[in-house]
Amino acid sequence: MSDFVEGLIYLVENSDEVLYHFRGHLELVVVAELAALAFAIPASILAVRHDRIKKVVLGLGNVGQTIPTLAILALALPLLGLGFWPSILGLWAYAILPIIVNTVKGIENVDEEMVEAARGMGMTDWEILRSIQLPLALPVIFAGVRTSIVLVIGTAYLAMFIGGPGLGVMVVGGIQAYDWAQVIAGAIPGALLAIGADLSLSRIERYLGGDGGIDDTTVAA
Amino acid sequence: MLSSVHNWLAYVDFAVEHSDRLLVATLEHIEIIAFAIAIAVPIGVGLGFLITFDDRLATAVIWLAGVMMTVPSIALFGLLIPYFGIGAPSVIVALVLYTQLPVIRNTYVGLNDVDPAALEAGEAMGMTRLQLLRRVQLPIALPVIMAGVRNAVVILIGIATIGAFIGAGGLGDLLFDGISYVRTEMIVVTTVILSLLALAVDYAFSISEQLFRLNNGEQVESSATMRLLQRVIS
Repeated sequence: MSDFVEGLIYLVENSDEVLYHFRGHLELVVVAELAALAFAIPASILAVRHDRIKKVVLGLGNVGQTIPTLAILALALPLLGLGFWPSILGLWAYAILPIIVNTVKGIENVDEEMVEAARGMGMTDWEILRSIQLPLALPVIFAGVRTSIVLVIGTAYLAMFIGGPGLGVMVVGGIQAYDWAQVIAGAIPGALLAIGADLSLSRIERYLGGDGGIDDTTVAA
Repeated sequence: MLSSVHNWLAYVDFAVEHSDRLLVATLEHIEIIAFAIAIAVPIGVGLGFLITFDDRLATAVIWLAGVMMTVPSIALFGLLIPYFGIGAPSVIVALVLYTQLPVIRNTYVGLNDVDPAALEAGEAMGMTRLQLLRRVQLPIALPVIMAGVRNAVVILIGIATIGAFIGAGGLGDLLFDGISYVRTEMIVVTTVILSLLALAVDYAFSISEQLFRLNNGEQVESSATMRLLQRVIS
């Protein structure tokens, strides 16, 4: 237990250092997640409209999620080199997968009769999407976003390996230097961030009408 | 066009040239995961069974296992190293912890979903509580539990790569070397192997899950593979 206490003491004594890496971590998460949302939701809305594209996208999404997070970050290295932006590319590539899969499935699962009824009322495809399919699919889409955020918080720890910022710098550096207090001081804020984000997002998900459960195929990073 | 053909050949060349190392790393990777699963599944199934007796305990245990799963793996390794040391033990403990949610939850759901009529029939035949569990509940719940183990294994294949950083070996070693020496072929080939491993496990488990269902007399969506297997078995 003493290591843990030492870690807490380190955390308090070096709060500037921890805060600096925590901020780097948050930057990675926010930039990657916003970029993922901006790409994944429009892309999946387009994909749903064409059966063949939809199948390809779902297949890619499912296969992509079997690729380890470390491998995705490693693949960003030969493409962009070391640093912040290669890390963002790797995190982004992983963050879009759960959002795409859930958005496509969510829109897919909207009752066909509802869509037919709306079409009977003379709604255009676009109107049906905006006022029927998207609102009904929202809890499922949000569950994907939540998975994606928790996943990115965990994966951002690995950005350090390709020269990115974040709490990984403390943990990995600490492991290399056998400095357990530093390791624990770097591990605690990220663990709390992931747990906190998941709990608060699951509350919002339940408010939107979802079940707020954990999608266990993807959330661990 | 020519250069992409050239690249493709470079990957194949790499895989052939380093087939020994790739094979050893793949076997190491499978070994770590098999070890973790062998420890984790009995614990998870046991806990999943225990919480069927108390709904509030069930909510608490499943919630806790879920929280466990959101902890980033490198952070978890960091928290475990002071107690279990650098190397495979810390990684295996972390993998065991990550396996708990899918296994506990699926065991709980599987056991709870058993048709009460089947239980009453068993009771009427004079089965004891233990016999009911072994001969009625577990066989019916088995496909659901298997689905949980399958999810767990796919997750573990990914997390075990990160374990290489603290000396657990496996395919993660090649990824880290690929990063250190910026060797694209090494990273790409290892990634493909990892992905194929996950897909193979996923496929094998889904087939055996369906076989268990068939064994229970449930209807199974028939695919070409299933028809083939049925023919082989019968």
